[in-house]
Amino acid sequence: MDLPLRHPADWPGFAAQLPALLAGADASWTQDVGAQAALFGDAPTAPAGPWAPPEGWHELGRLVAMHADADRYARLLAFARRLQREPGLWADRLDAERRHLQSLARQVSREIHKMHAFVRFREVADTQARGGRRHVAWFEPAHHVLRAVAPFFVKRFAQHPWAILTPRGCLHWDGERLSGAGPARREDAPPEDAGEALWLIYYRSIFNPARLKIDAMKKEMPVRYWAHMPETRLISELVREAPRREARMRGV
Amino acid sequence: MEVLNKLAILADAAKYDASCASSGGDRRDSRDGRGIGSTTGSGICHAYAPDGRCISLLKVLLTNWCVYDCLYCINRKSSEVRRARFSIDEVVQLTLSFYRRNVIEGLFLSSGIIRNPDYTMEQVIEVARRLREDEHFKGYIHLKTIPDASPELVERAGRHADRLSINVELPSAASLKALAPEKDAGGIERTMSRIHLRLQAAREARREAEAVRALPGAAAAATRPPRFAPAGQSTQLIVGADASDDRAVLRLSHRLYRGQGLRRVYYSAYSPIPHASRALPPQAAPLMREHRLYQADWLMRFYGFGAEEIVTEGGFLSLRHDPKLAWALAHPETFPLDLDRAPRESLLRVPGLGVGSVDKLLAARQHRRLRRADVLALGPLARKALPFVVAVDHRPRAADLQALARPPAEPQQAALF
Repeated sequence: MDLPLRHPADWPGFAAQLPALLAGADASWTQDVGAQAALFGDAPTAPAGPWAPPEGWHELGRLVAMHADADRYARLLAFARRLQREPGLWADRLDAERRHLQSLARQVSREIHKMHAFVRFREVADTQARGGRRHVAWFEPAHHVLRAVAPFFVKRFAQHPWAILTPRGCLHWDGERLSGAGPARREDAPPEDAGEALWLIYYRSIFNPARLKIDAMKKEMPVRYWAHMPETRLISELVREAPRREARMRGV
Repeated sequence: MEVLNKLAILADAAKYDASCASSGGDRRDSRDGRGIGSTTGSGICHAYAPDGRCISLLKVLLTNWCVYDCLYCINRKSSEVRRARFSIDEVVQLTLSFYRRNVIEGLFLSSGIIRNPDYTMEQVIEVARRLREDEHFKGYIHLKTIPDASPELVERAGRHADRLSINVELPSAASLKALAPEKDAGGIERTMSRIHLRLQAAREARREAEAVRALPGAAAAATRPPRFAPAGQSTQLIVGADASDDRAVLRLSHRLYRGQGLRRVYYSAYSPIPHASRALPPQAAPLMREHRLYQADWLMRFYGFGAEEIVTEGGFLSLRHDPKLAWALAHPETFPLDLDRAPRESLLRVPGLGVGSVDKLLAARQHRRLRRADVLALGPLARKALPFVVAVDHRPRAADLQALARPPAEPQQAALF
């Protein structure tokens, strides 16, 4: 039997099976979900009406399915069971389990947004590619968001070839077609290119040493992203130099 | 001079402009077969500097040479700062190269005044024109409008830019006259009004065109009206460089939001600049003052507070309490509110409850009574609301309110490493 979920964030695959699971579950089906199999055994205890997902369910589920937590599908299933039995539950966004699902969804949305923001491309010569060069980035997403970020980069950089390499899989755009590939290693990412020095000098110059707010920076740009952002290697030096530069600005 | 050196000088010179917003533009992308870039309407911060500020745009001056002598400005004529001037092509290439690295949403271009306002404005516009027309750049462009640039140039700037801005610089015309002798508050507001009228006309034309397209039998690709700065206009002013109090600043902002339809007013706490004039204070304005102004500004824009309702002490916002808490402490007769019954606009005035939290409470109370745990479930800041609300299992104690009124502990900056 084929794996019921084609990839870790296969929300359509899960949503298609959900009515069957709610109606009593197909045990042989669930065994193929691997680590999550045990969580699907929990059959409904009371008869419930036909499954009619409320408005917004698919948006929530699509995001939750991308989360790295192993029990995400089990939680969605358990919540769908409650939705069938508890009228008004969907409107109650302060319900504890709902808040947990919303929190998973929020973490995933944030990861998508941060990946749009923090992917750093470097230029590499490539005689095969259109224009003789490609832009290649290395990134380590915390969740299964690779597919979800692809449309953003395709729309933005439609006319030149690029690739985003991650340990969870890769995206390749040749200027016309998007294709996926298996996991990459950090060593596959290109080294610093000629243009990077300009970006580093900009980062250094736009920083105002009179307004050091390290916590605010780290809140929006958590340290776990720093490894793939070349400018972050300047931070400790900028912080160290700030008092001296600030004093010079005041002319003392 | 090398581009690297120019960039160091002209980015350093631009860092006193607070705005780095890339939101509010229309949606477009590069799948039409040429060019590069996209805007989603919501803006992206691509990096953060150790000053906690977002880096969303390549923010540079075309040149920091300037014929004006505004005392608060690091680039004033009499300053001994190092000078540089980009060529138009250098800015275009830098923008594209940064954009391809995915470190920016676009360009925020400003300039010192060289020769005269119109000449300067033409140079700034030419950068934007080349990006749009020659490179088919679909990213975000914010252009600083030069005061007293001709209406025809403002029109051209709006055709290429997503956002236009013109800085009012200081909270009062008198301060501007004293500190920026070549600038004229009347001229700045005239240019602002001109942009405002033009934005209104563009919106009107867009509505009409949409109505025409919606008619049965209309051509699918009916002519679109020319675009004009779809992300509107913003401004910036410096606080703490003159004697104006917060009340005066907020009145001005209120007037600009209402009268000129501004999208944003940015406040920049005065910080001493190299080679400063003696007419300026030797001390930096507290960053907390700037923060409080932003909070009050937020209350006016999203929480239904009028400028006159914002509570000040001797004209200044409390540095101890945020403006929403200060208002609540000054209006004990309004509280406590019944979580199950209070209308939305009243709940929005409760400290610790944001728009999202209020909407969640309203949705939940359609189906059941609200409890103390529901407030706590909203997040760590919502705890602040407890002294101001009652619920079936919660009555505030007077001691809670007294605890809030006490000064908060000094915030500690955690060490980075």
